[in-house]
Amino acid sequence: MSAIRLSPAAAILRHGVLVLTSAFILVPFVWMVSLSLKSPGEIFRATFSVLPAQFYGVDNYAKAITSVPLPRYMGNGLLVCALILAAQILVCAPAAYALAKLKFWGRDFIFAMVLVGLLLPHQVLSLPLFILCYKLDILNTYLALVIPYVVSPFGIFLFRQFFKKIPNDIVHAARLDGLCELAIVWKIMVPMALPAVIAFSIFSVVAHWNDLFWPLIAVRDGNLMPAPLGIMAFKNEEAGNDYGPLMAASTLVVAPLLIAFLAAQKWFVEGMTGGSVK
Amino acid sequence: MSASLPAVSRLAQPAEAVVGTLSSRVSLPRRHSLHEAMWGWALIAPALIFLVVLFFLPVIGVFVIAFSDWQFGASSLSFVGLANFREVIFDEGFRASLINTVVYAVMVVPGTVLAGLLIALLIESSHSCRALYRAVHFLPFMATATAMAISWEALLHPTIGLINHRLAALGLPVANWLRDETTALPVLAVIGIWQNLGYAMVLFMAGLKSIPLDLYDAAEVDGADHWLDRLRTVTIPMLGPVSMFVVIVVALRAFETFDTVQILTQGGPGHSSEMLLYTIYRESFEYLRAGYGAAVAIVFLAIVVALTLLQAGRMDKRVHYQ
Repeated sequence: MSAIRLSPAAAILRHGVLVLTSAFILVPFVWMVSLSLKSPGEIFRATFSVLPAQFYGVDNYAKAITSVPLPRYMGNGLLVCALILAAQILVCAPAAYALAKLKFWGRDFIFAMVLVGLLLPHQVLSLPLFILCYKLDILNTYLALVIPYVVSPFGIFLFRQFFKKIPNDIVHAARLDGLCELAIVWKIMVPMALPAVIAFSIFSVVAHWNDLFWPLIAVRDGNLMPAPLGIMAFKNEEAGNDYGPLMAASTLVVAPLLIAFLAAQKWFVEGMTGGSVK
Repeated sequence: MSASLPAVSRLAQPAEAVVGTLSSRVSLPRRHSLHEAMWGWALIAPALIFLVVLFFLPVIGVFVIAFSDWQFGASSLSFVGLANFREVIFDEGFRASLINTVVYAVMVVPGTVLAGLLIALLIESSHSCRALYRAVHFLPFMATATAMAISWEALLHPTIGLINHRLAALGLPVANWLRDETTALPVLAVIGIWQNLGYAMVLFMAGLKSIPLDLYDAAEVDGADHWLDRLRTVTIPMLGPVSMFVVIVVALRAFETFDTVQILTQGGPGHSSEMLLYTIYRESFEYLRAGYGAAVAIVFLAIVVALTLLQAGRMDKRVHYQ
């Protein structure tokens, strides 16, 4: 709809509805942070306020960091996300270049395979992937968390779309300059398709930072758990009695992505919607 | 898989053209194309190997497990036809899981799409606080679902939860939301809408931006003075294709719900909030019933593939706004 000047009544109605829906969206966030600042006594009291009567935040956050290996969980998550993303870009960018710019026998067939891969939900593959990791004897290692994701059909698809838009003349010029095909991928294609690389990176990191399904299957060792699995284990241990530190831990896990999102909204929206929003 | 034939025939044409026009210098383009093909294969090889090992062999593996009597640790297997599927279909737990997943989607999809559309229309109708509202509504889509589920559990807590407290203060009935068979699934659906409405919103906002402004001018010339007339005659019809896309993408997200079930209800009480992905996880990895788990995975795959192809088909016909 064109942004027309709304009548005062309409403008008030607009803000009224949006403030209401915003409140619905924000309540779980506000509640999480609020409980993370309260003492156990206050949490179990029958009166409610958003701000704590007695500031207990230091104790709760200290407990979330020291008595639970939360820094370890978050470090694991960071490491796994970084390894997955690095592998995905290393594997997908050359493949996408080959599909976009080179002619070779079987190319269209391989692209069809990428499209079929795009169709497959990863959870369906979990049983055979679990068996594969068992056979490779890598269950309960970082490798088990990374291996299933080293190739991303979506990454190949997205990069290919962007590479195809880069004029062939640029590729020819690079060849005349003596660049080999691999150098063209990394020195010409990837820098020119940087928006796609950034969008894909955000998509990948958000997906794997938040993933619970596969880590739940692949690792049992508390030292290897990424953040969501870690706070799930923390919750089960505490049996819901120690809300303050649990909420502090949840806040710390959610915070990095939300802060990054608020700092770079446009990129996040593009990345999370698969580049379908410009 | 059948794409191999057209692929070969399509490649044959340019090769003929090259030979025809450059017949005197046949060797140069041919060596050049061999060089190019070798690079092509070299650059795609790692991706191809991983695609086969991590996607295609596992898909075959799921089907083999689903149609055989293979168990964890077994070194041999024999095919048992549809026995696993028969067991699944006659199992009350699976039927509950399938029905719950569909009921959940039927609650989440209209709720998410309508709320997303309404919010997108309201936000785009004026410049005031536009970026703020957009950012706020998009937050749950990226927030770690496991952590947010823990916060929702505290909100829904029967005695210390904010929701029961507020309801009691208003004189309304309270409930043990996650432990009651009648409320567990609807509560998960509300959380599902909460998670996804920002996603629907940004897709609709992109759809709104792609509507040519002169359509509104034309509508005004035709007498659509009131904003409701412009909404009815221009905005809603022009959003049709986007809406279809949003419906399918949100449906896919609804069918793939796992984290909230795992954290909040574990499918309970009874089977009242059990959903397909949770069934696949529990049967395969907690009860170690590989054949059962694989059969449910194939049912799930069939639903997801059907929804995705529906969307891909529509995008091919260019009804998608892009």
